[in-house]
Amino acid sequence: MAETIRSYGHPGITDPLSCERSGGGGPSATLSAVANQPALGLPTEFIDLARELTEAGVEEVLTELDDELIGLAPVKTRIREIAALLLVERVRRKLGLSSEPPTLHMSFTGNPGTGKTTVALRMADILHRLGFVRKGHLISVTRDDLVGQYIGHTAPKTKEILKRAMGGVLFIDEAYYLYRAENERDYGQEAIEILLQVMENQREDLVVILAGYAGPMEKFFRSNPGFRSRIAHHIDFPDYADGELLAIGELILAKQNYKLSDSGREALAHYITARKQQPHFSNARSIRNALDRARLRQANRIVRSAANLKITAKDLMTIDAPDLLASRVFGQDATANSPLSDETESTFD
Amino acid sequence: MRLTQGCFSFLPDLTDAQIRAQAQYCIDNGWAVNIEFTDDPHPRNTYWEMWGLPMFDIKDAAAVMMELAECRRAYGDRYIRLSGFDSSHGWESVKLSFLVNRPSEEPGFRLVRQEAEGRNVRYTTQAYVTDRPEGKRYG
Repeated sequence: MAETIRSYGHPGITDPLSCERSGGGGPSATLSAVANQPALGLPTEFIDLARELTEAGVEEVLTELDDELIGLAPVKTRIREIAALLLVERVRRKLGLSSEPPTLHMSFTGNPGTGKTTVALRMADILHRLGFVRKGHLISVTRDDLVGQYIGHTAPKTKEILKRAMGGVLFIDEAYYLYRAENERDYGQEAIEILLQVMENQREDLVVILAGYAGPMEKFFRSNPGFRSRIAHHIDFPDYADGELLAIGELILAKQNYKLSDSGREALAHYITARKQQPHFSNARSIRNALDRARLRQANRIVRSAANLKITAKDLMTIDAPDLLASRVFGQDATANSPLSDETESTFD
Repeated sequence: MRLTQGCFSFLPDLTDAQIRAQAQYCIDNGWAVNIEFTDDPHPRNTYWEMWGLPMFDIKDAAAVMMELAECRRAYGDRYIRLSGFDSSHGWESVKLSFLVNRPSEEPGFRLVRQEAEGRNVRYTTQAYVTDRPEGKRYG
């Protein structure tokens, strides 16, 4: 405790020395400045947290996050909490209230297509704006980038990636592949050890985000307890509701200068309900793929009808019901039961 | 005899914070940062051993400091230098180079006079440590 108190008297904030240097009315002013201060030498004036918030530009990122990412309420709440903690930490640091740098390593779990990578990118931005990573870039890797092919290959490979990620965020997708319980000679263990070491010793140099599906990640953490204890924030990404998926679909289209007609919107809503029943459903990613195929069909439809009709810009922008209803998700029972999802098929009619 | 060479040779040895700042300066300019070491201090010895590969795809000096720490752990008893290589067309050369580590004891150089034909004398310098084989020169 005594040590912390001593560090409160950090020079340069509002201690008597700086008062004197600024020439604020000679020795009597210095004396009164001392008298006004509590025993610990902490500044008494109020701290303008709102200004700090705008200065850091975090509010912008968080609003963007709210606007551009649909749903994900628990994730957004958690990110706001982390941002608030980091902001307070930043202000404390400015006042010389020293504390350990917070552990910022995270794990994102959730089903495919729930926005883990997208949020990780935003996270890098938030951390950068708050000054907790120096560069704010995101290096996204999987097992292949970290684990080598032969003895002695793994360590340099992992280190190379870690070096590239320094000053930013290292995003390890499908992190549970790093550890293969069934093969004790697997080189993944070596990569894990190096990762753990850097995560512990160079906390201020890089932030590691692990991502993966909930079940396998749980198993991964169970077999590597060191990882779990070094990760402060475990964030779970929920699946999207039907309405949210529809909104995501419209957002994707709007970004590409397309829009749904009224009947098209209805068709997409139907599509979502039907697609959810089928295997290999991966949330927003499935919707994006469906819309990509709808665009192909729309182009095909327009080209075919071009001979008889005048095409306007509006036609080029509109995805109509037939473009979506032609999907194999609807109807044919034979295909509905087939294990192949429509994503794996390259045909689209 | 304290060996000096490269940039900042007129300054006292750089602290780690200063080394980090110089490395960041190299990275910000897009130069590849290299760590090299040797135990032959002769000024004409330009080809030093490289520690790892040139670091051209990093964004932060923390990576350089990590490698430097490892190089010091392995070759802390030798000279280590850090250099920034500018690969842009027309330059393609080292733009910055300075010592970041030196042996605890530096015996210096002997001056050798060779008596040549007539009354000519040829001078040459020789590091005392190079009497011993490579790897056994310091400590």
